[in-house]
Amino acid sequence: MKIVFKINGKQVSMEVKPSLLLIDLIRDVLKLKGTKPGCLEGECGACSVIVDGEAINSCMYLAINVNGKEVSTIEGLTGTENPLHKVQDKMLEHGAVQCGFCTSGIVMTTKAYSDKCLEEGITPTREEVKKSLEGNLCRCTGYAKIIDAAEAVYKK
Amino acid sequence: MKKNLKIIGKSHKKLDGKERVSGKAVYGHDIELPNMLHGAILRTKYPCANLISIDTSRAEALGGVECVITAKDIEVSNISFKRDHPVLKNGTVNCNRDEIAAVAAVTKEIANKAIRLIDVKYEVKEGVYDPIEALKEDAPRINEFGKGEEKFGNKNIAETFHYDHGDMEEQKAKSHVIVKKTYELPRVTHACMATSNITAEYSEFDGRLTLWSSTQVPFLYQRDIAHALKMDPSKIRIIQPIIGGGFGSKLDMHPFEPICALLSMKSKKPVQILFSREEEFVLSPTRQPMIITLTTGADEKGKFTFREVDIIKDNGAYTSWGATTPFVMMQTFSSLYQIPACSFDSKAVYTNNPFAGSFRGYGNPQATFALETNIDLMAEELGMSKAEIRLKNANFKGEVTGQGLHFKTCGAIPALEKVLEKSNYDQRATERKEGRYLRGVGLGSMLHVGGGAKIYRSDGCGTTLKLDDYGYLTIITGSNEIGQGSETVLAMIAMEELGIDEDKIKVINTDTDVKPWDVGVHASRTSFVAGNSLLGAIKLIKEKLSKKASELLEIESDSWTYDNGVMLANEQEIKIDKVAREIHFGSPHELCSVTYFYEPPSSFQDKEFKGDVSGNYAFASQAIEVEVDTVTGNIAVLGVHVSQDVGRVLNPVGLQGQMEGGVATGVGYALTEEMIYEEGILKNPSFHGYKILTTTDMPPVHFYPIETYDEAGPYGSKGAGEAPLIPTAAAIANAVSDAIGVRFNSLPITPEKILRALSEKKEKELVS
Ligand code: FES
Ligand code: FES
Repeated sequence: MKIVFKINGKQVSMEVKPSLLLIDLIRDVLKLKGTKPGCLEGECGACSVIVDGEAINSCMYLAINVNGKEVSTIEGLTGTENPLHKVQDKMLEHGAVQCGFCTSGIVMTTKAYSDKCLEEGITPTREEVKKSLEGNLCRCTGYAKIIDAAEAVYKK
Repeated sequence: MKKNLKIIGKSHKKLDGKERVSGKAVYGHDIELPNMLHGAILRTKYPCANLISIDTSRAEALGGVECVITAKDIEVSNISFKRDHPVLKNGTVNCNRDEIAAVAAVTKEIANKAIRLIDVKYEVKEGVYDPIEALKEDAPRINEFGKGEEKFGNKNIAETFHYDHGDMEEQKAKSHVIVKKTYELPRVTHACMATSNITAEYSEFDGRLTLWSSTQVPFLYQRDIAHALKMDPSKIRIIQPIIGGGFGSKLDMHPFEPICALLSMKSKKPVQILFSREEEFVLSPTRQPMIITLTTGADEKGKFTFREVDIIKDNGAYTSWGATTPFVMMQTFSSLYQIPACSFDSKAVYTNNPFAGSFRGYGNPQATFALETNIDLMAEELGMSKAEIRLKNANFKGEVTGQGLHFKTCGAIPALEKVLEKSNYDQRATERKEGRYLRGVGLGSMLHVGGGAKIYRSDGCGTTLKLDDYGYLTIITGSNEIGQGSETVLAMIAMEELGIDEDKIKVINTDTDVKPWDVGVHASRTSFVAGNSLLGAIKLIKEKLSKKASELLEIESDSWTYDNGVMLANEQEIKIDKVAREIHFGSPHELCSVTYFYEPPSSFQDKEFKGDVSGNYAFASQAIEVEVDTVTGNIAVLGVHVSQDVGRVLNPVGLQGQMEGGVATGVGYALTEEMIYEEGILKNPSFHGYKILTTTDMPPVHFYPIETYDEAGPYGSKGAGEAPLIPTAAAIANAVSDAIGVRFNSLPITPEKILRALSEKKEKELVS
């Protein structure tokens, strides 16, 4: 099947098998290795990417469904004006990264949620921040620093 | 002694954090080599069976399959700590992990399909899944390579330990209370976010093997691979990509690793094996499940008198490093709190369960859970406060314990006092409990090695420093970064000592062909051992630099300071890169490079397991508050107060991260995590069935470091990484008991267990 979509701002069109998963398209076909395979069962959030503004698990999403949509991966965040996006800066500053395998997913989930909050003009509470990241597992950090970092993103 | 420092003690961002946070860091999963094949492994369908036949012909015939191997195709040695584990199984299979055949193919899909085409005929046997059953005379022999019969008088014993000190009879006679309890600890797993992975490339031209492996002990691993494959260790090069979580899981070498190498040797192409999440759960070398029977005594004033410990550990079908966890447990039982007499016996027993391995804390969470529960029970019988009994018996500075551990510094009492104060313990513990939601507070303390642990022939670490012509410093260290932040600490030390900017420092630590020897990441040792090694190397390079600088400035001084890229003495200064260049280009033409090897001052324990095995010791206490919902049985952890003797804080943000991460795993151990095995088969191999904590489960962690400035550690520091999860389950169990008045002798404490216990309690109250 032929699909046309935008990835990290670039328009692409390609032939894909209907059974191809988005994570495989991203990692194996487009070679964007920053999106991580933690479980491939929709349980860990390591593979989170943003499709039309929503953070989704790319391991549970068929590649054909991105047709006509806009996908951004962790690679799409870097290099605009600053080498790191605000979300990434805050994660680093707050010590939210240990092994880092969960980090791409956490950054993308936070980015999607912060864009949404910005749009709606709300500052989420700590509990809401936690809730937004409930689907992202991390075995190293105990989450406290991740939540601190995410909260710092929302602070004006 | 506290020295004022500029860099050390101030929070510092992770050295390679930018790569990790931008998705650029290369993990094992991200490696792609030219012509690389994908490997897959066929595991047994039954945990206990004879293998009648293995037919690989259909797999071999599948297009895209490049090679298939079974036990009969390979010439290898048994692996594992006791060399009782065949790489590929032949004749019998003994647990659900057992590897029967392996395939390399051009895609993952083809490799997985080929595995399904292999036809294995089994003769299924009745397995033994309970270590107590396995100890019985009429039990079948589980591991044919086990030496139990000759060595321990029982065919199914893999390893035993015996330890004792003090006059047991005298201490028993002195005892006013004696508490005897049996505890059962579950099987839990590391659940690293990155699944296990390896990429192997063998060169038929020079017989060299390169492995991209996420081992946490590369030099021991190099030897293990060499032993398995009957190769010369020096022909094996281990490269560590970025590692997505370790926690002890990567201490042993596992069969998939030599299997991947064998596939590469046979196919003459690079081969990669990546585990699925289900495989990761099935394979993971778990924490030891064990049954601990603990008898403890105290005199009428609450002074501890004796401890008697008897432990049966479920070893599983093969023997990993995990069989040596008694080294750590003996320390806790013999030396956590002052204890005049102690005897300890443990047996690791073969069963048809998967084999247990090492896991952050290394036996200590189990031991500490049993011990801290018994202490609460003794306090209750004596009518004493649980805080007072702990303070009365706490370890102290200068103490030499029955086992010979020498506490040259000791933060046990300050740590305990700190959590008592911060948790408002005295008030909380005496509050009346009423209503649906019952609150309780519990205590747990721990002792762990803080300065390495001499259990291998060397516990050292090498460092090479290179200061180049432009003033950039390369630190080539034997130690490893597995996410814990040790390379950041090394860079901080170099900045502190040599006044070189962070952006001029590189840490090289991933290649056994390049880096000097180190025993690996375990025993909370890395910052201690690698830090001391680096300080030794810095001393040598400073000698070189100051000699040359003195010559250039024509002054005599042995007190140079290093600041901002400049060396200063006698009010004169010179740029450090200029000195490095003069060493290189001036006569007699040398490089500004040094190598140093640090071996900790610890000693081997003797045959009775006595001796001062670590450079220093870490102490910690936790006070945890919980709220139990008596209707649903849910336990909410409201707050965790952690105080730990870390010697000296090196990187506050990194240390705090270790605390929070450790506590998270400890809370999971206490409340939610358990691998459910039925007849040797894992029933919950997914994150859906095996519950690690999520953001919304995580309680607030309040951390109060205690600084005791221990001379042995870099700047007075002690190892810290394992400690924060060790007393957590104990403190939670004690808090739950405080809340609802029921004791739990097993983990995890699930809502079902709470509800059952509450209804039993009610029934009892009705009857009386
Ligand atoms: S890899 Fe997609 S949710 Fe885990
Ligand atoms: S940092 Fe390792 S899993 Fe989150």
